[in-house]
Amino acid sequence: MKPFAYRRATDARSAVATVAADPDAAFLAGGTNLVDHLKLGVACPSLLVDVSDLAADLVEHLPDGGLRIGAGTRNSDLAAHPVVRAHYPLLSEALLSGASGQLRNAATTAGNLLQRTRCGYFRDATAPCNKREPGSGCPAVAGHNRHHAILGASPDCVATHPSDLAAAMVALDATAVVLGPDGERRVPIGGLYRLPGDDPTRDTVLAHGELITAVELPAPFGGRARYRKVRDRASFAFALVSVAAAVRMHDGVVEDLRLVFGGLAHRPWRAAHAEDALRGSAPTEVALRAAADAELLDARTLSGNGFKVPLARNTLVSVLRELTDGAAEPEDDA
Amino acid sequence: MEADITLRVDGEDRKVTVDTRTTLLDALRDRLGVTAPKKGCDHGQCGSCTVLVDGRRVVSCLSLAVARDGAEVTTAAGLADADGPHPVQRAFVANDALQCGFCTPGQVCSAVGVLAEVKAGWPSAVTEGDAAPELTDAEVRERMSGNLCRCGAYPGIVAAIREVGA
Ligand SMILES: Cc1cc2nc3c(=O)[nH]c(=O)nc-3n(C[C@H](O)[C@H](O)[C@H](O)COP(=O)(O)OP(=O)(O)OC[C@H]3O[C@@H](n4cnc5c(N)ncnc54)[C@H](O)[C@@H]3O)c2cc1C
Ligand code: SF4
Ligand code: FES
Ligand code: FES
Repeated sequence: MKPFAYRRATDARSAVATVAADPDAAFLAGGTNLVDHLKLGVACPSLLVDVSDLAADLVEHLPDGGLRIGAGTRNSDLAAHPVVRAHYPLLSEALLSGASGQLRNAATTAGNLLQRTRCGYFRDATAPCNKREPGSGCPAVAGHNRHHAILGASPDCVATHPSDLAAAMVALDATAVVLGPDGERRVPIGGLYRLPGDDPTRDTVLAHGELITAVELPAPFGGRARYRKVRDRASFAFALVSVAAAVRMHDGVVEDLRLVFGGLAHRPWRAAHAEDALRGSAPTEVALRAAADAELLDARTLSGNGFKVPLARNTLVSVLRELTDGAAEPEDDA
Repeated sequence: MEADITLRVDGEDRKVTVDTRTTLLDALRDRLGVTAPKKGCDHGQCGSCTVLVDGRRVVSCLSLAVARDGAEVTTAAGLADADGPHPVQRAFVANDALQCGFCTPGQVCSAVGVLAEVKAGWPSAVTEGDAAPELTDAEVRERMSGNLCRCGAYPGIVAAIREVGA
């Protein structure tokens, strides 16, 4: 591990000024991803600015009925927060499906959103990887790619975003409050993450030195919501496929809905085609399956992840069946 | 680069100079001789290094010692009091909740954390509705999923934790 200096930030502005001025500096929060990367040689900063004390434990009501979550709020505290459980259960479910009790006690809201891919080649500093070493190639395309993307990938990178929280935040239409050297800006989480394209080194649209200070949720969407995660073991594993869904019904018809896939792409995947197909329709079994198929029409599979297409389709249909309640039971096993 | 830090470990203030790269786990084991927390994976994946920091269970392998300056750290060795082993430790013995014992200090610290979390009403992924969580087998398994046991002592571990939580 390369030696580094450590500084504990006392205010956001000076933390931003310090990191923005030094290309080799990085923010440190709970450390559960970054310390891992320091050990693996995936990250080699020369200065760590610890922001974990900033905006910790801060969850406040907004005048519009929404909620402001401090970037340093720990995953476990957020999941257990009574207002979150009562009004944004999707968020609690997503958080509690991720990592372990010990990790959630340390992990922060911003750190979770900005955790990096679990691609095994990315995490192996001796392997080529375009995300870590631009231009070195992507061994996952023809290698071990069971966990990799089926939507929105590029020939340069087929990694997936691992965060459960991120998928839920997109479904909740959350916005990140971001402080940069030139002041504050607001970035909808739906637009925070990038597709890899020809520059997989950047996961998000944030510039070096930009600090997430808070995440704001709009007033609750209403209706019913569910986070369902499918993985290799019952607990303590990353998603193969996950679905964050919120559905509002009226008179047997889907009034409005938000559908987001985790585990399928370089970013949480808003299933806009499926949403469009169902909005204003009766959620019959046929309609649910057609909506899922519409979203997965553009799926491109690799040697090891073809299973994700039916898994994603069936998971989405099953979650929608539960949330819409009115849909008929499946007529067959197809 | 070096930093002077103080950790309150198992009730005792310990001053130590650490390289900033040192994890809390390595500071405890290699610098302070506190070997109760074990290094299994060193990547947050096994839970054998679990300690309580300011009363909350965390994995000490993914925490930098310098970032914990001033913290109160409780390891499995510090759970006992004047009356002898902690109730969780006694229950582990009574329920055969270990074989080789390597994972046990982490299991025990994690279990103490779980009991506090349940008492505080924290939900888990298997908690139904808003009711106060009850320590069923499913709840214990879910809440303890960050602690692996290669000897497979899980049935005893679940029984021990349910016994103390009852
Ligand atoms: C074994 C294991 C299993 C896991 N399983 C899951 C899982 O199933 N689901 C899941 O979603 N996650 C999982 N995780 C990942 C875990 O959720 C993340 O490691 C954690 O949320 C990161 O938060 P942190 O505060 O520790 O971030 P850190 O590690 O401190 O930081 C992560 C990144 O965010 C940057 N950063 C931190 N705070 C800010 C800020 N305020 N502004 C700008 N940049 C910032 C850091 O510079 C760094 O690049 C798992 C992790 C481990 C080790
Ligand atoms: S999928 Fe992306 S992260 Fe994984 S090896 Fe290829 S370029 Fe690297
Ligand atoms: S050694 Fe820390 S979790 Fe395995
Ligand atoms: S008792 Fe041997 S690893 Fe758990």
